[in-house]
Amino acid sequence: MQFEKIQYLDYEGNLSKDFKREISKEDLIKMYKTMHLTRRIDERCITLQRQGVINFVIGSRGEEGCAVASAAALTNDDWLFFQYREQAAILWRGLSTQEYMDHMLLNENDPSLGRQMSNHYGKRELNSVTVSSTLATQIPNAAGAAYAMKVRNEPNVSLCYLAEGSASEGDFHAGVHMGAVRRVPCIFFCRNNKYAISTSTENQYRGDGIVPRSIGYGIQGFRVDGNDVFAVYDVVAKAKEICLSGEGPVLIEAMTYRVGAHSTADDPTRYRKEGEAEEWDPKDPIQRLRLYLDKKRWWNDKKDKEFLEAMYEEVEDAIKVARNTPKPGIDKMFQDVYHDVPWNLQEQYEFLQKFNEEEGH
Amino acid sequence: MPVMNIIEAVNSALHIAMEKDPTTVVFGEDVGYFGGVFRATVGLQEKFGEARCFDTPICEQGIIGFALGCALNGLNPIPEIQFADYMFPAYDQLHNEVAKSRYRSGGHYPCAMTIRTPYGGGIHGGHYHSQSPEAQYLHTPGIKVVMPSDPYEAKGLLLASIRTPDPIIFFEPKRIYRASKAEVPEEDYEIPLGVAKVVREGRDLTLVGWGAQHQQNMSAAEAAAKEGIDIEVIDLRTLNPVDIETVSASVQKTGKCVVAQEAPKTMGFAAEISALIMERCFLYLEAPVHRCTGFDTPFSNAHEHDYMPDMKRVLHSIRQTAKY
Repeated sequence: MQFEKIQYLDYEGNLSKDFKREISKEDLIKMYKTMHLTRRIDERCITLQRQGVINFVIGSRGEEGCAVASAAALTNDDWLFFQYREQAAILWRGLSTQEYMDHMLLNENDPSLGRQMSNHYGKRELNSVTVSSTLATQIPNAAGAAYAMKVRNEPNVSLCYLAEGSASEGDFHAGVHMGAVRRVPCIFFCRNNKYAISTSTENQYRGDGIVPRSIGYGIQGFRVDGNDVFAVYDVVAKAKEICLSGEGPVLIEAMTYRVGAHSTADDPTRYRKEGEAEEWDPKDPIQRLRLYLDKKRWWNDKKDKEFLEAMYEEVEDAIKVARNTPKPGIDKMFQDVYHDVPWNLQEQYEFLQKFNEEEGH
Repeated sequence: MPVMNIIEAVNSALHIAMEKDPTTVVFGEDVGYFGGVFRATVGLQEKFGEARCFDTPICEQGIIGFALGCALNGLNPIPEIQFADYMFPAYDQLHNEVAKSRYRSGGHYPCAMTIRTPYGGGIHGGHYHSQSPEAQYLHTPGIKVVMPSDPYEAKGLLLASIRTPDPIIFFEPKRIYRASKAEVPEEDYEIPLGVAKVVREGRDLTLVGWGAQHQQNMSAAEAAAKEGIDIEVIDLRTLNPVDIETVSASVQKTGKCVVAQEAPKTMGFAAEISALIMERCFLYLEAPVHRCTGFDTPFSNAHEHDYMPDMKRVLHSIRQTAKY
């Protein structure tokens, strides 16, 4: 069976009349700016990785539309559970460029206190659950968080990002299945970006992608053009309505393409055909929204130049500050393992302090 | 004071916890309508409603992953894994997610839950209903492990666990679920975690155990007394954090120590206790720390009687160590 792909914005920036929702001019411009900011941050971080300043970076080039439009369709009271390629969503929610760079540089102002790899963002105040590298584990977690909303009768949902590769993990079944049986207000948002590191979709699944699995779980599913911010916004807004009517969860499959490498530890030229990524250039989410905004006369080259100059400067300033901020102290290594520090960790902390003092380590 | 078995004591603790804390939710396979295959959750769904006590699909990684999400968002989950042997599908969720949530988020996302699960041999359960896998979880920073030895201990430790803001695996000794009976207050009380109990004082040798093994240890100590060996018996109660102060104070007094566990010998928690004693009591020791344990084999059903470190084997270990 085949699921149709919902699309409202064509590659020339024309919006279909079938799009019935209101998205304000301000929100559309904010989406455009957030996607651009994300792309710039990703580019700069990848360069900094090449220079040895950052250890590891996961870029999201080409997929910014999935993240930003799905976040835009929700409120900050809804929870986000990330996979790891959704930095545009947490930036949309209000994580500052400085906070993001502090995390990427793993300095003492990093919310995760330098304990994780870079690109593992999260912030409680933004209901944005900290990334873990383990794939798909966030899926049952998101279902559980949504269950808490349901038992408290809150008008909110949790949205869980995953990708077509992580949908092969047992936790995909566990999370969607548990969520379906408990009818939780959870949106499972799968970015089908065609690659799991080097593994193409042909070696990832046999059926028509991910969304037909919704039928087996007895829940609603939608396939959407992930590079069309209008379509993503519409489908996520609709999924939230379904969830709040008690008919959740909902499975969404957003068709997109990972234009860059999986991470800075990857080289896609070794497994992708030359020119393949370039085929996606006309479908680029930033460019498509820009064409739309220009047609509406809400944006133009002059505004773009001003915005980009200021934004580039903001990113450079944030990098400078982040680089000059010290690493977290060793006390941070021993905290937050438990609510209180138990005797063995205290003992080990004291040893390390003394060792470092005596040996100048 | 009423006499309860361990199942009744656990059930009483769960009723109190759910009554007093409306954020408490209990779920797992068969725990809802039926009240659990061991009957530990009887009456909870009837009293507190299906939203707070429910049956789940047979999906351990889903149960623990779901519990984590509940915990992040203001609920206090008490998931049940029907047998400790069946916790392994959830191992990734436990080891990589539950254990690290507080840490990796810089304290933004603590994750408190109490996972109840029956463990241990002696019920003719073969490989998959008999194991004592506590050591697997003691090697995971971020998870606490509690193993009660009788009904009074079970209720007080379970209530304390449920109110501790950390993830806890609460291993229940299923072999003595009904056989062990004790006076248990009907009201609320807690036994603090991380505090071992000197259950029997003695001069000659320290005998350390936890969970169901503690009962074998007590019988062995009484038998040893008849042979003129005066045993100090310690019930660890909590394995992480372990109360090494109580253990080392005792060993420094007696100079000899036997640690008994049901689990396989190699890399079991008895090895860790032994190492801690070496670090803290080396100059007091009059004999090597002796481990009396299960064997490094899978749990063989027909040989259950020979596998378990029962009273006779513990007594044998005591004699060996006492005369060293």
